[in-house]
Amino acid sequence: MSENNANSGTLVQVERVGKVFHRGSEEIHVLADLSLKVPAGEFLALMGPSGSGKTTLLNLIGGLDRPTNGSVAVAGERLDQLSDHALAAWRARHIGFVFQLYNLMPVLTAERNVELPLLLTHLSRAERKKHVETALAVVGLSHRAKHYPRTLSGGEQQRVGIARGIVTDPTLLLCDEPTGDLDRKAGDEILNLLQSLNREHGKTIVMVTHDPHASARAVRTLHLDKGQLSNGEVK
Amino acid sequence: MKFLHLIWSNLRRKKLRTSLTLLSIVVAFILFGFLAAIQEALVGGVALAGADRLIVREKVSIINLLPVSYEARMDRIPGVDFSTHQTWFGGVYQDPKNFFMQNPVEPEKFLKMHPEIILPPDEEKAWLATRTGAIVGRRTAERFGWKIGDKVPIRSTIWTQPDGSQTWTFDIVGIYDGKDKGTDTTPMFFRYDYFDEARQQWGKGQVGWYTIRIKDPSQAAEVAKRVDEEFENSPAETKTEPEGAFIQGWASQLGNIVFIVAAILSAVFFTILLVTGNTMAQAVRERTGELGVLKAIGFTNAQVVALVLAESCLLTVIGGVVGLGLARAITPVVAQNLAGLLPMFFLPTHDLFIGFGLSIALGLVTGIFPALQAMRLRVADALRRM
Repeated sequence: MSENNANSGTLVQVERVGKVFHRGSEEIHVLADLSLKVPAGEFLALMGPSGSGKTTLLNLIGGLDRPTNGSVAVAGERLDQLSDHALAAWRARHIGFVFQLYNLMPVLTAERNVELPLLLTHLSRAERKKHVETALAVVGLSHRAKHYPRTLSGGEQQRVGIARGIVTDPTLLLCDEPTGDLDRKAGDEILNLLQSLNREHGKTIVMVTHDPHASARAVRTLHLDKGQLSNGEVK
Repeated sequence: MKFLHLIWSNLRRKKLRTSLTLLSIVVAFILFGFLAAIQEALVGGVALAGADRLIVREKVSIINLLPVSYEARMDRIPGVDFSTHQTWFGGVYQDPKNFFMQNPVEPEKFLKMHPEIILPPDEEKAWLATRTGAIVGRRTAERFGWKIGDKVPIRSTIWTQPDGSQTWTFDIVGIYDGKDKGTDTTPMFFRYDYFDEARQQWGKGQVGWYTIRIKDPSQAAEVAKRVDEEFENSPAETKTEPEGAFIQGWASQLGNIVFIVAAILSAVFFTILLVTGNTMAQAVRERTGELGVLKAIGFTNAQVVALVLAESCLLTVIGGVVGLGLARAITPVVAQNLAGLLPMFFLPTHDLFIGFGLSIALGLVTGIFPALQAMRLRVADALRRM
């Protein structure tokens, strides 16, 4: 895997973004006039209470949802201007996701789960195999490649999730409460891994968490409350 | 192909549910195969019927006989190449359930009229030289273990010999094969001259029906009209029609076979559609979160639709191929037991292709609604349901 230069400028630019959800006739303002910049190579933690809009902001940065107003740009690409089809292709190339509940396919082995994003590339079977082996080696699970999720511990499943997130060498790794379902020991292993990906491999990581112990591992922490960054834009 | 593993793994997710759905599809296609074979047995002869052959029978009923003298008159009708006759013998070999057709014919003209019957020249020669000689189709010969040279007693339910005996003994002088797979090789044919001379007075000089070879198939309707006009107002008026229509008429006595088969198959496949559709709908509903993950990773809406459709098609195609394969394998066994009742009981190759096409169509129809449902999933909402 290649290394990113930690000082290569702004990677994520969120400009005056708002997000409103509609539940029947009710409007729920989750984000309001929020601006944010994330430099390339940074490990950023987004903290806040439940309902503060952390996951919503993460989804907007990852192109999983569209802002009601404002703009989101990642690596110079305006996500709000892409079609659904283009956005999916963009995600495949640029984003790696790590979910709180791992979100692995139970019917696939660890290596097949990690391979999933590579199915969207033009790599040959042999090339895909090589990438998968590398990703599993980075997370220390080469010996569990042929195991199904049901036979893996929570920590191991999350490491497979991280391997899946990094196998395409994405521009940006987005983690939504990656240690939320793990005990302290397993959670620390995951945080160690994320730190290593950031420091040694230069991965830009945005991690949503409500755990101060987790956010302490990040280079920078921003607090979100009622849809706004409580301390404003922090560069 | 790189997605095949994912599709196959999803199919194996709930093994019991998938197996039961697959089994119902297999049964549906076995039924499809059998019904296709029944349809072929009853009306398949229509396609093989000679376009240049007409059947002439007594106008009121085929059980009424026609004078043998009609043959010479028919041969003189414009448009007619030549004609020959057959008569229903109605014989029984050992046991009534051993049914097969036996008809007295004029050997040379009969073979000329039916080029689909392949008889070696030496056996034809033997037939012409032996008054009591008979040729039998290979299916019947194999069924009873008959060989050339055997003497075969057949008891007629209609025709009696002057001594009162209804048992006729024939010498097997030839075994014929069919030119096409659909040619019936169950009947036995023996010489009319022996039959007419040996039968009692009743029916002497009369025959069951005529077959006419016409010079120009496009003139079939006109020639048929001329034949019937020739014998109008005679004691035995005629009804002349193309051979295909004659065969169709027999099948129609059971009802509109094609319609009946289509109706049964429609009901069966509609049921299967509901069963398989329900299976696919459940499968997609259970996987809402996983589909959200696929979309999050970068699978497009079109790819998600394709995955769901591929899964439903794989299920129905496997079921279809297994069902059709079993039907193809079992029909010869069933055919042996039906033998005389439905001589041409087999599953035609073109119906196999139709069946395969149906299995794909079934997969597409049952998969389309769940596929569209998957396509419409909003990623963020789907991920929350994981």
